[in-house]
Amino acid sequence: MSSYLLSLAIWVPILGALAVFAVGNAHRLARWMALCVAILGFLVTLPLYLNFDVAEAGMQFVERRSWVPRFNIEYFLGVDGISVLFILLNSFITVLVVIAGWEVIKEKVAQYMGAFLIMSGLMNGIFSSLDAMLFYVFFEASLIPMYIIIGAWGGPNRVYAAFKFFLYTLLGSLLMLVALIWLFLSSGGSFNLLEWHQLRIEMTPQILLFLAFLAAFAVKVPMWPVHTWLPDAHVEAPTGGSVVLAAIMLKLGAYGFLRFSLPIAPDASQYLAPMMIALSLIAVIYIGFVALVQLDMKKLIAYSSISHMGFVTLGFFIFNQIGVEGALVQMISHGFISAAMFLCVGVMYDRVHSRQIADYGGVVHVMPRFAGFMVLFAMANAGLPATSGFVGEFMVILGAVKYNFWIGLLAATTLILGAAYTLWMIKRVMFGPLGNRHVAAMTDINGREFLFLATLALCVLAMGVYPFPFTEVMHASVDNLLKHVAVSKL
Amino acid sequence: MLNDFVPPDLYPASAEIFLVAMACAILLIDAFFGAQRRWLTSSLTLLTLVGCALITYLTMDAQVVLTFNNLFVDDLLSDFLKLLIYLAVIVAIIYSRDYLAARGLDKGEYYLLVLFATLGMMVMVSAASFLTIYLGLELLSLSLYALVALDRDSPRATEAAMKYFILGSLASGLLLYGMSMVYGATGTLEIGGVAQALHLGVANETVLVFGLVFIVSGIAFKLGAVPFHMWVPDVYQGAPTPIALLIASAPKLAAFAMAMRMLVYGLFELAEHWQSMLMILAVLSIALGNLAAIAQTNIKRMLAYSTISHMGFLLLALMSGVVGPDKHFALNAYSSALYFVVAYVLMSLGAFGTILLMSRPGYEVEHLEDFKGLNQRSPWFAAVMMAVMFSMAGVPFFVGFFAKFSVLLAVVDAGYIWVAVFAVMFSLIGAFYYLRIVKFMYFDAPVDAAPIRASLDMRFLLSVNGAAVVLFGIFPDALVSLCTYAVLRSL
Repeated sequence: MSSYLLSLAIWVPILGALAVFAVGNAHRLARWMALCVAILGFLVTLPLYLNFDVAEAGMQFVERRSWVPRFNIEYFLGVDGISVLFILLNSFITVLVVIAGWEVIKEKVAQYMGAFLIMSGLMNGIFSSLDAMLFYVFFEASLIPMYIIIGAWGGPNRVYAAFKFFLYTLLGSLLMLVALIWLFLSSGGSFNLLEWHQLRIEMTPQILLFLAFLAAFAVKVPMWPVHTWLPDAHVEAPTGGSVVLAAIMLKLGAYGFLRFSLPIAPDASQYLAPMMIALSLIAVIYIGFVALVQLDMKKLIAYSSISHMGFVTLGFFIFNQIGVEGALVQMISHGFISAAMFLCVGVMYDRVHSRQIADYGGVVHVMPRFAGFMVLFAMANAGLPATSGFVGEFMVILGAVKYNFWIGLLAATTLILGAAYTLWMIKRVMFGPLGNRHVAAMTDINGREFLFLATLALCVLAMGVYPFPFTEVMHASVDNLLKHVAVSKL
Repeated sequence: MLNDFVPPDLYPASAEIFLVAMACAILLIDAFFGAQRRWLTSSLTLLTLVGCALITYLTMDAQVVLTFNNLFVDDLLSDFLKLLIYLAVIVAIIYSRDYLAARGLDKGEYYLLVLFATLGMMVMVSAASFLTIYLGLELLSLSLYALVALDRDSPRATEAAMKYFILGSLASGLLLYGMSMVYGATGTLEIGGVAQALHLGVANETVLVFGLVFIVSGIAFKLGAVPFHMWVPDVYQGAPTPIALLIASAPKLAAFAMAMRMLVYGLFELAEHWQSMLMILAVLSIALGNLAAIAQTNIKRMLAYSTISHMGFLLLALMSGVVGPDKHFALNAYSSALYFVVAYVLMSLGAFGTILLMSRPGYEVEHLEDFKGLNQRSPWFAAVMMAVMFSMAGVPFFVGFFAKFSVLLAVVDAGYIWVAVFAVMFSLIGAFYYLRIVKFMYFDAPVDAAPIRASLDMRFLLSVNGAAVVLFGIFPDALVSLCTYAVLRSL
């Protein structure tokens, strides 16, 4: 089936961003244009979900034409049940980010909005590429807008954070580039990912390929011990940057595992699974403890993101249906919850200009409506049943117990740790007596803030109560992937 | 004896002849009209180059034609490179005019020396004999030595010119010595003849390899590869910026042609020897260029070290030709080298163009800090410079990415996967100093809020240059295919 939907999802935001850049210093116009482009970008992705054939395990909405014939690189797009939801999530979050930066960003508004729109388009490109070089090109290009966003609109230590973010990620992806070139040559001159999935590879090259991909994706996820860029990037980035980073960019790494590592090097994946599980458990437990002692709210949420992403990688490498699907649900759910948490911190930061937990206290007395939302999202972050956070974690734990009881047990500690660090933060920030006069002067959320928080709250609750629309979409593709991984390619 | 004289076929060299004639005419016109009508000299110079481009374009065909007793060759590769050289020189002149005029440096000599340097490059590109290569190289080098010293009153420029001249002469001597060895072993200086002699295996290999070492050293010097790179930072820093721009752009195309003609066309049978030499040069250049660039505070020195690392990449491509009976196996390597050098020239023009754009009378852009807050002073040109910097760092969607990618592909194809890993790791280190420029432009407040003033033609051309860096990155196929075709038809 030929269609232009995926191209639209990629290029509407990017071309729209160029138009937004063109307005220059007309801030009001830039905001409204960015909002229109973001909404349009979201609307064009809706048919991807509505017309999605859930029974089909293969690629849908395929577009394929030659791009660089000299190297046989194709403009080859398509989505399956694994990737389609991320395109929707990404386009949806972009709308929220534009709204969240509405009044907060006062300088270089057009550039700020444009950078987010470009990033949104590039990330849709990553999720829909079926040509490895196309994937790589989008993957690396998406670093540029994020680098600029952190560096130009970030906090006091933004330069350090921006460089660390860029160089760390580049390190991994350059190793992946060599791996892609190697695969191109050994597949007889093709960058077609679907062909690579069928390629027979010896064990040693498989392990090397797996490690090269691991370098790229582990940094992006981020997995312990290459996670240290994330807290820095989150703390320094403006609210919108943190939202996109947590909600979408981290998912790119996890998505890469499903698209590259597992199907291209299945034997190496099985062979190295114990290592991956160990790294994931370290992320879940150790980083959970690290989150407990944070003094900065954004840092706390950043560590909580790493811990939750550890759950995702854990779900992938236990190789059963419920584990992988749980991990995917967790990715989507974490997209909503982390976005909401960072937006909440942003709401408070805009009023008090501090992210330190110690600078708050008793916010509930001055911002009751806001407190309601924040407590809800905190509960979701801790994995309370009936919120989306519970579904994914529960599925992964079920899968892990199936795989090995002790791994399941260790993974389940996250329910305690997550509750501990999130609720303790909430207790110190929200409840108790009023912290100081700055807190006393806080005003409750306005209509704009209510809009994005309420939308996210709705998503979190809907997904927690009725996750079927999400799992239904991914079922066939995950099933197909697991069957593929179970067959040796040696 | 005289009856044996066959008049040479002048047709393949018509562009060169036109250029010489015009250069002589411009020399007289400039002397006659003097300083008041400098615009006449500069317009005529540009017209000459455009005329050359027309002639080269109209006489271009895929045939390989030898003339002047097999001293001169006209093939598709030479035509393609010449067109690029004209283009680079035209762009360089337009970028430089305002700068030179503001500093009283827009002397007639500048335009004439540039024309003669162009002629030297054209001769190098079309050389079919070692002797012709040497002639072209000397014409180019002597013009450049004089150009570096264009600002007579600047001690730094004079020092740079002296350094360039002495080291350059030494390198020319080395090259000439190597050529004499090759002549001694094969009895000919014609590139085709040398290749023939090597193929028949009649030449003494020890003498040849001995000569080869000197030839490779000469090439490495002209490219600025480690350990023959010492002159590059000093000359870039010391020379007036327009001259540094000129040195950093078109001559790299000629140096590439020189390496192709001598090593690939002439001494291909010795490939296993020169490939290992090039690998050492390449690895050292990439490592030292990227590491030393981090420590620089002067933008021109930083770009000099960035050139060194880029030339390392170029050498990587040149050493990746697979040795075999069929030269077509080597296509990947040489076409990627050509593509890489074209991309490099494009980026180099953009980087130096931005420096010239920001300079104004009494204010030289020397330090990295001078880029602070460029985004607030001129968002458009900050974006151009950002594109060039990310392109040099090898990030998509910019032309530099596919340039590096095609080189890495050739390297991995030749079986040197660890060299490729080494090269990308140093590209990572290199990314740091390009990012630093972006940081100054986008993250910092301007120190100097003066608006950017430049003539319309310069603004337009620099914008086109920036757009080309992006567009050739998004649609790389046209340029890649052209390079492949040019190399394919000339091998």
